[in-house]
Formats: sequence, structure tokens, C-alpha cells
Amino acid sequence: MDKKGDSEIEKKANEFLKIFRKGEEFTQELLKENERLRYKILELEEQKHNVQRVDNSETLTKLAEALKKLENEKRALLDQFKEVEQENKDFAHRYVEVEEENNNLANLYVASYQLHSTLDLQEVLRIVIEIIINLVGSDRFAVMLLDENATELSVVASEGIDDKRFKKMTIEEGGIIGTVARSGKSYYETDLENFTPISEYHPIVCIPLKINSHVIGVIALFGLLEQKKKKLTRVDFELFSMLAGHAATAIFSSKLYSQSERKLSTMQGFIDLLSGG
Amino acid sequence: MTAEYRFLVVEDSPTMRQLITFSLKRIKNVQVTEASNGVDALKKLSEDKFHLMIVDINMPLMDGLKLLSIVRKDSTHGQIPVIIVTTEGAAADRDKGLKLGANAYLTKPIQTNDLLNSVREILKIE
Repeated sequence: MDKKGDSEIEKKANEFLKIFRKGEEFTQELLKENERLRYKILELEEQKHNVQRVDNSETLTKLAEALKKLENEKRALLDQFKEVEQENKDFAHRYVEVEEENNNLANLYVASYQLHSTLDLQEVLRIVIEIIINLVGSDRFAVMLLDENATELSVVASEGIDDKRFKKMTIEEGGIIGTVARSGKSYYETDLENFTPISEYHPIVCIPLKINSHVIGVIALFGLLEQKKKKLTRVDFELFSMLAGHAATAIFSSKLYSQSERKLSTMQGFIDLLSGG
Repeated sequence: MTAEYRFLVVEDSPTMRQLITFSLKRIKNVQVTEASNGVDALKKLSEDKFHLMIVDINMPLMDGLKLLSIVRKDSTHGQIPVIIVTTEGAAADRDKGLKLGANAYLTKPIQTNDLLNSVREILKIE
């Protein structure tokens, strides 16, 4: 009975051992599988991380490219803005110039229109005086005409000068004024601020009154209004050149007209006398 | 079309009158009346209403300063803005004009832009 009992116990122990070994093997396999899976997880995590890194760097590259493109666009726009701004400045500058030109042309138009609005010599001379005072801004000047022999200049209109003392001069003894009458070339004192007249009637400006190349007289300016601040502007020179031509033709036409009127009235007198007789 | 602004230009020189009128007409919707001296200006003032006067000082019959002092004492026209345009450039003349009630004092030769700027500033025209 003891032997039989022992062998049963041994048998059961062996079975238990078998089961235990199987359990051990199974546990070993589980551990291995576990280890493999852990490794797999690590591998996958690593892959995932790499994939993300690739994605991020691509996005960054794209963003950097977009940024660069935008910066270029910004630079181009800024350049365009600067160009437009410069153009605006140029236009503004040009606008001021055109405005000034318009104003100057208005002055010249009015002066020329007035000069040719009459055939009366005294009226023409009054207009010349108005132009010189109001448009040029001179308060001391004389308008002088040459006699028929073109040797003597006589003052026919003046402002701010003693026309009893300054009345006539021959072109030979006339200094600057005589030279202008002889040569037909305008004279302008260049440095008005430091100008010291050598005589009472030393002109700062002297312009010939010309019809084509034929000089009929001169306009001599001896002083400017205080507010002109001893400066001649571009429009002043344009007015001088306009006066040189237009005042000359206006004066000449009015003289011719008055002469023809006189002749007409003389002839009419003769006709009346003859027809009456 | 009714003029939005009516100006009275008082100046004995026809050349200057034409130039001032020419310049003023660059403002839109303007009607300019001309007078050759102070007496003529008072006559024009009695016939019409004006928004602004441009007055020369040296004129025959009645000068610009006399005209200005009469206008300023007048109950009907006393408030009309006046711009003096003159050859008298001395500071004393300017002070005299401004003391009599001128709104601006411009010296000849006038610059069109200065005249237009003064008019626009006084009448608050854009």
C-alpha cells in the first residue's frame, strides 16, 4: 500500500512537473512575444517620429519659400511705391511749374492785349507805363523814342524821374542807353544786389523797341519797387522781350495812324476848299 | 446760371483790372464787376451785393484807403472782405491798410497764386 501510494504520488508529481514545465515554456514564449512586441512598438514609434520630422521639415521649407516670395513681393511693392511717390513729386513739381507758366502767360496775354487795344499814341504810352509799374514792378523808368534821323533819343513817357533834366540825348553820348539804341541789343545789370550806379541815370535794364531789326527807341529802367527785393524774375525778362516787340509795333502803328489821320484831315480840307471854290 | 461768388475789382489801371479779373475767373462760378476808382466802387456797391472786394490804393477821385474806411463804417457793406493790391510796399502802408480793416495786403507786381490763395483763404473756398 505504501509503495502503491508512493508511485501515485510520484506520478502526480511528474504530471505536475510536466504541467509546470509546459507553464514555464508558455511563460517563456509569452515573455519572448512580449519582448518582440515591445521592440515592434519602439520601431513603430521611431518610424512615426521620423515621418513627423519629414513632414515638419517639408512644411517649414514650403513656409520659408512662401515667406521669401512674400518678402520679394513686399520689396517689389515698396520699390513701386517709391517710384509712384517720386512720380507724384515730379507731377506736383511740374504742376507748380505749369501753374507759374500759366500765370506768366496770363500776364503776357493781358499786356499784349492792352498794348494793341488802341491806336492812340498817348494811350499806348500810358499802357506801357502801366505794364512797367504793375507787371514788372519798376518805379523809375523812361520810354524814349528816336528821331527821324535816328541820332537823338527823346523821353516820351516816364515815371519817377525828373523829365526836365532827363529829356533828350544823342545816341553817341547816351552811354548804355545810346549803345542799346545803336546795337539793338538789350542790357541787363547782372548783379542788382551790389549794383552801384555811376550816374543818376545809369539803367539797370535797357531794352530796345524794335520792329524786326529796326530800332525806334528804348525803355530804360533805373530802379525797382522795394518789394521786388532787387531781383528780376523769368517773367520779367519775358515781359521785357514782349515789350521790345509789341510796345514798338503799338507805338509805331499809333504814330502812323495819327500821321495818316492828320494827312487825311489836310486832304479833306483841300478837297472841301476845291469843291467849295 | 447764378454766380456763387461776386467780386468787385477796384483799380484805375485797365491792364491790372483785366489781369486781376483774368486771375479771379480761375475760381469756379465767379462773377467779377470792375470799378475804376473809389467813387465808381461805391456806386457799384449800391447796385449789387459782393462777397469780396479787391482794391488798389492809388486811384483818382477816391483812393483805396478812403474807400475802405467808408465801406467799413457802412452798416450794409461793412463786413465785405477786402484785399488791398498796391505798389506801396512799405511796412507803414501795410499797417495802415490792415488797421483800416483790410483782410489781406498784396503788393504789385502781384503773383496770381498769392491773390488766389488769399481769396480762397478769406472765403474758405477749397
